[in-house]
Amino acid sequence: MDTILSIKKLNKRYGKIHAVKDVSLEIQKGNVYGILGPNGSGKSTTLGIVLNVVNKTSGDFEWFEGKLSTHDALKKVGAIIERPNFYPYMTAEENLKLVCKIKNISFDKVIEKLELVGLLDRKDSKFKTFSLGMKQRLAIASALLNDPEILILDEPTNGLDPQGIRQIRDLIKIIANQGTTILLASHLLDEVEKVCTHVIVLRNGVSLYQGLVDEMLANNGFFELQSEHLDALIKVISNLEAVDKIEVKDGKALVYLKAPLEAGELNQYLFHQNIVLTHLSKRKISLEEQFLKLTN
Amino acid sequence: MKRLLSIELQKIWFNKASRTLSIIYFLSLFLLASIALIEFDFGFFKFEAAKSGFFNFPYIWHFTTYVASWFKLFLAVIIVSMVANEFSYGTLKQNLIDGMSKKEFLLSKIYTILLFSGISTFFVFGISLVLGLRYSSYTEIGIIFSDMSYLFAYFLKHVAFFSFCLFLALLIKRSAFTLGFIFVWFLGENVVHALLKYNILGYKPQDKDTVVIDWVKNILPLESMSNLIVEPFTRLNFVKSVSNTVGATFVKNYQVQPIYVGIVLFWTFLFMYCSFLLLKKRDL
Repeated sequence: MDTILSIKKLNKRYGKIHAVKDVSLEIQKGNVYGILGPNGSGKSTTLGIVLNVVNKTSGDFEWFEGKLSTHDALKKVGAIIERPNFYPYMTAEENLKLVCKIKNISFDKVIEKLELVGLLDRKDSKFKTFSLGMKQRLAIASALLNDPEILILDEPTNGLDPQGIRQIRDLIKIIANQGTTILLASHLLDEVEKVCTHVIVLRNGVSLYQGLVDEMLANNGFFELQSEHLDALIKVISNLEAVDKIEVKDGKALVYLKAPLEAGELNQYLFHQNIVLTHLSKRKISLEEQFLKLTN
Repeated sequence: MKRLLSIELQKIWFNKASRTLSIIYFLSLFLLASIALIEFDFGFFKFEAAKSGFFNFPYIWHFTTYVASWFKLFLAVIIVSMVANEFSYGTLKQNLIDGMSKKEFLLSKIYTILLFSGISTFFVFGISLVLGLRYSSYTEIGIIFSDMSYLFAYFLKHVAFFSFCLFLALLIKRSAFTLGFIFVWFLGENVVHALLKYNILGYKPQDKDTVVIDWVKNILPLESMSNLIVEPFTRLNFVKSVSNTVGATFVKNYQVQPIYVGIVLFWTFLFMYCSFLLLKKRDL
C-alpha cells in the first residue's frame, strides 16, 4: 500500500514543555485515521509540524515517501486546522480562487466544491457574513479543491451547533466513501468511532495506542446488574470464571468479563442460585470508556 | 513570480481600505503637479512656483522625487496592514498549509513592494517630465535626462522603507503598533542623536565626538534613507539669494551619494533577510 505520511520519532519542545514526545506513525492510502487525545495532548502540534507551520525540535517526517518537498506535498493535501481561516473581505468564490492560485491549479473545481458543501447560492457573499458552520464548510470545500490525496481535519466540529455537527459529519462520510484518505483529530469520541477505521491515541505528547478501531473495541463487554440483594449477587457472581472484575456504581453492579458470557446464561445461573435480578443489560465498552481507561 | 504577485495583489485589491489607500496615493502624486499653480505675494517677496525654477530640468528630478517621497506613508500603511492582517485573520498559517512555502510567502510581499515602488517611480518620472516640458526654461534632451540618479534613489528609498515596514510588521504582527513603532523609531533616531550630540558629549564644531556621532546617525536606517535625496530647497537660486542677504550660507552636496546608496542597500537586504529568518524560526 502507498504510504502518504510517515513520522519518525518526532519531538517538539516549547521551552520546558515537551509537547510531542517520540511520536511515530504511518498513514496509508485509503484508510480513515482518528487521532484521539484530550486537549493539550499534542494533536494539533503534531499536525502543525507536518503542515509546515510549526518547527520540529527533532525527528523526521516524510510526505509521499519523500518524493516531494513539504510545501509541494501540501499542495496535494487538504487540511483544516482549528478554525476556518479566510480573508473576511473576499467572497467565498474569491477566497477559493486564491487558494487555487496558491495550489497552482485551475479554477475549474471551485463551483463543484461549493456545491458539494452546499454553499453555491452563497458564493458571492463575503466570508465575514458566514456563520461558523458555513465557514467550516467553506474550509472543507477549500481543502477539497485539489481532490487531495489526504484530508486532514483538526477538530472540525468544534463550536458548531448540532445541525452544523451533523452536516460536517455527513460530509466527512461522503468524502471517506469516495476513497479519500482522512486524518481526523478530535476529542469527540463518537465522531471517531463512527467514521474512522484506524485510531491513534495521544496523551501528554506520547502515543499510547495505534491500531484498528475494531481491535480497540474488541472486548467481551460488561453487564450492568441490579438486585434487591446486591451483596449476595456480588458474592455469587465472583465465583464465575468469565468475570474479570466487579464494580459497584449507583446501586448497580458492573461486571467486566474476560471471556464470553451470554446474558441468558448468566440470568439462568443466577436464578439457580436464588438471586432474582431487577435489571440486566449487556454492553460493549465504548471507545469513550476505552479511551478514558487508556488516558487515565 | 507572476503567480506570487497575482496572489498578493488579489489580497490587496479586494480589501476596500487598501484599495482606497492606493488610489489616494496615486491621486496625490498627481497633486504634485498642482504645485505649479502656487502663487503668493508677501509684498517684499513675490513667489510664483511656475517661474521660480522648481520645474527646470534637471533640478525638477530632485525636487519632485523629494516631495513625492513624503507620500510613501500611504503605501507603508498598506504594506504594514497586508502583513498584520495575515496574522489576525490566521491566513498566514492557512497559506502555508495550502502549500505556499515561507519563502514564497515572503517573496510575494517583496515582489509587491518592488512593484509598488516601481509604479510610483514611473509615475513621478511621468509627472516630472510633463511638468518640466511645460515650465522648464531648458528643454534640450541632454539636460532633460541628466541627474536621473534621483529617480534611482527614489526607487531605492521606497524599497528600503517598505522592507523596514515589512520586517517590523512581521515582528510586531499588529498594524497600529507597527506604525506607532516606526514613528517612535523615527523620533528615536533624531532624539537620541541630539541628546548625545548636544547634551552628553557637549557640542563643539569639528570635534571628534561630534563627527563620529553625526556619522553614526547617518548609518541608521531612516536617516540613511532620508540622506539619499537631500532637501532641494536651499539649492534654488532665489533661496540662496535670500539666505545670502541674511548671512547664512549653505555648503551641501545635493547629489545622490554612493555611500548612502550602499548603506541603504545594506539595510534593505538586512531587513529582507531578517524577515525571512523571523518567518522561518517562528511557530505559527
